Amino acid sequence: MKTKISALLLGTALTLASASLAAAQDKTVKIGALSDQSGLYADLGGPGSTLAAQMAAEDSGLKAKGWKIEIVSGDHQNKPDIGTTIARQWFDVDKVDVIVDVPNSGVALAVNNVVKEKNGVYINSGAATSDLTNAQCSPNTVHWTYDTYMLAHTTGQALVKAGGDTWFFLTADYAFGAALERDTTAVVTANGGKVLGGVKHPLNTSDFSSFLLQAQSSKAKIIGLANAGGDTTNSIKQAAEFGIVKGGQKLAALLLFLTDVKAIGLETAQGLNFTETFYWDMNDQTRAFSKRFAERMKNGAPPTMVQAGVYAGLLHYFKALDALGGNPHDGVKVVEKMKAIPTDDALFGKGEIQPNGRTIHTAYLFEVKKPSESKGPWDFYKLVGSVPGDQAFTPLSESKCALLKK
Amino acid sequence: MQALYAQLLVGLINGSFYALLSLGLAVIFGMLNIINFAHGALYMMGAFTAYFLLSLGGLGYWWALIIAPIVVGIFGMILERTMLQWLAGLDHLYGLLLTFGIALIVQGVFQNYFGSSGLPYAIPDYPQIGDWRGLQGGINLGFMFLPIYRGWVVIFSLVVCFATWFLIEKTQLGAYLRAATENPTLVRAFGINVPRMITLTYGLGVGLAALAGVLSAPINQVRPLMGADLIIVVFAVVVIGGMGSIMGSIITGFALGVIEGLTKYFYPEASNTVVFVLMVLVLLVKPTGLTGRAA
Repeated sequence: MKTKISALLLGTALTLASASLAAAQDKTVKIGALSDQSGLYADLGGPGSTLAAQMAAEDSGLKAKGWKIEIVSGDHQNKPDIGTTIARQWFDVDKVDVIVDVPNSGVALAVNNVVKEKNGVYINSGAATSDLTNAQCSPNTVHWTYDTYMLAHTTGQALVKAGGDTWFFLTADYAFGAALERDTTAVVTANGGKVLGGVKHPLNTSDFSSFLLQAQSSKAKIIGLANAGGDTTNSIKQAAEFGIVKGGQKLAALLLFLTDVKAIGLETAQGLNFTETFYWDMNDQTRAFSKRFAERMKNGAPPTMVQAGVYAGLLHYFKALDALGGNPHDGVKVVEKMKAIPTDDALFGKGEIQPNGRTIHTAYLFEVKKPSESKGPWDFYKLVGSVPGDQAFTPLSESKCALLKK
Repeated sequence: MQALYAQLLVGLINGSFYALLSLGLAVIFGMLNIINFAHGALYMMGAFTAYFLLSLGGLGYWWALIIAPIVVGIFGMILERTMLQWLAGLDHLYGLLLTFGIALIVQGVFQNYFGSSGLPYAIPDYPQIGDWRGLQGGINLGFMFLPIYRGWVVIFSLVVCFATWFLIEKTQLGAYLRAATENPTLVRAFGINVPRMITLTYGLGVGLAALAGVLSAPINQVRPLMGADLIIVVFAVVVIGGMGSIMGSIITGFALGVIEGLTKYFYPEASNTVVFVLMVLVLLVKPTGLTGRAA
């Protein structure tokens, strides 16, 4: 009898062990790169982000350890409904484990809910809204590269402290613009400045002259551009045409990407101050990565900070999977592991992922070079300062994230 | 009040582009009965041709103004000869679908090689006479700072629009053209080569689009989707003005630019939709458009 029971117990134990072993040994992972593939944000994310994901998979070293990594990409066309439909299909039909990139805050917030519902992993690099790790934070989400709070507390703060105490906003009329204007307004007023007014323009506007004239007649010292991509480049180009900068007003490009500077041209863009967390020409490691990246891009462009964020975020994700010894297909569990390991990569340096999902790393203040200072086709930035991660991003004490109330 | 004058003027500037583009569409529709959805892509090609002329050939803006419409016009004529002419006499829908497909292919090819954020193209800084540096800089009008280049766009497009109208409505050649659309067989009987005339007309319409593209290159980014964003508005302009009506499309183009400018001032959130609201109203009240004749 006794031997029978112990044999039974042993048998059960063996079955359980082999079951958990099988789960731990599942070494397949599927990545979905969701981005604007052809619209105004396609150059800062888009196909470049898919390439960054491929390079992360190749550089992770997981393939040598027997992992099978598959990457799919999708075009959300800057429409939240299309974004969530793709995300649902990826989780339900294609069994995708992790969604990366997702520029456009409107789409990003919508996809955030889907990933949480399906218990996937969400490594957002492209979207700006700080709500992803604040009011709408999720245990499945890591927000990698930058956010509106960071942009406001670096570029915004620097400009107010330099004497730009009256502001007028040109704001893209959706979640991102609203968040960036809100966070920047808070910084301006906290530092004794005043917001004189603003105008909300539709996303993807080609003519800004009406809005610029309103900004001009407001007499504000700073015209804050709470927009991105093609909207920002058109605003800056046309502001130059209407003599706004020559008239003594200063433009605050709150969010500017490498590809935007290329599109504006140094002649017009020179002297603009802005903040990024990655630039290809920072050190030997970033240069080496960017060279490999540019060689595989159709137009030979080095990575933007969004594309760099996709690469670094995924590398960290692979580290967490490696540490877990297999893919548990459980988003919350993987993200917890990602938060437990300090971040450290060639592109963003050392940092950490906070309990609310926010990745903390150094932010750099740049100035656009004069045409005479530029030595190559993508040599655009001059480093003027840096802000440590814990000062640049939302302090946990100010965050309304529900994950922090445990 | 001052701000209002400024907005009116800005509206007029945008209206110039609407007028030039809708004029080309009206000419093509009036003479060929083709709804040319490739118009936006051809406008984009005009801007890109200007960019290539400068970056590869060192030929500046003034050259581009002449060469780009010819180059793109020839491209258009090849399209007409090889594809569009076979659709003559068929339902409008076939031409629309074919040109829409052409537009998607052209845009896709450009996007593949040049990305989506675009390329810079500077306002010309020559000829330099005294303090004038080409079309750069601006004039302070009291109520607003008018960039010289924008003023140039308004005047130049007015001249081009009027010349086109004159060519088609008041000259012998125009009379042949109009006759050829009414009754091609009869006109052919008089010894006039109708197919060649149709091809040249398509080339003219396309050339107008390319010209608008060159004009817009220094203001907007030279980017593959620049036409796709504009073409829908321009079609609304054509519908409001009356399909195929040349003077109608010119006047509506400028008028809608002004109305859109005013909307940007009073209620900017609606500036993208105001043209379409007007289109719906016009279609409800007068389906043939403001100046259109009943078919």
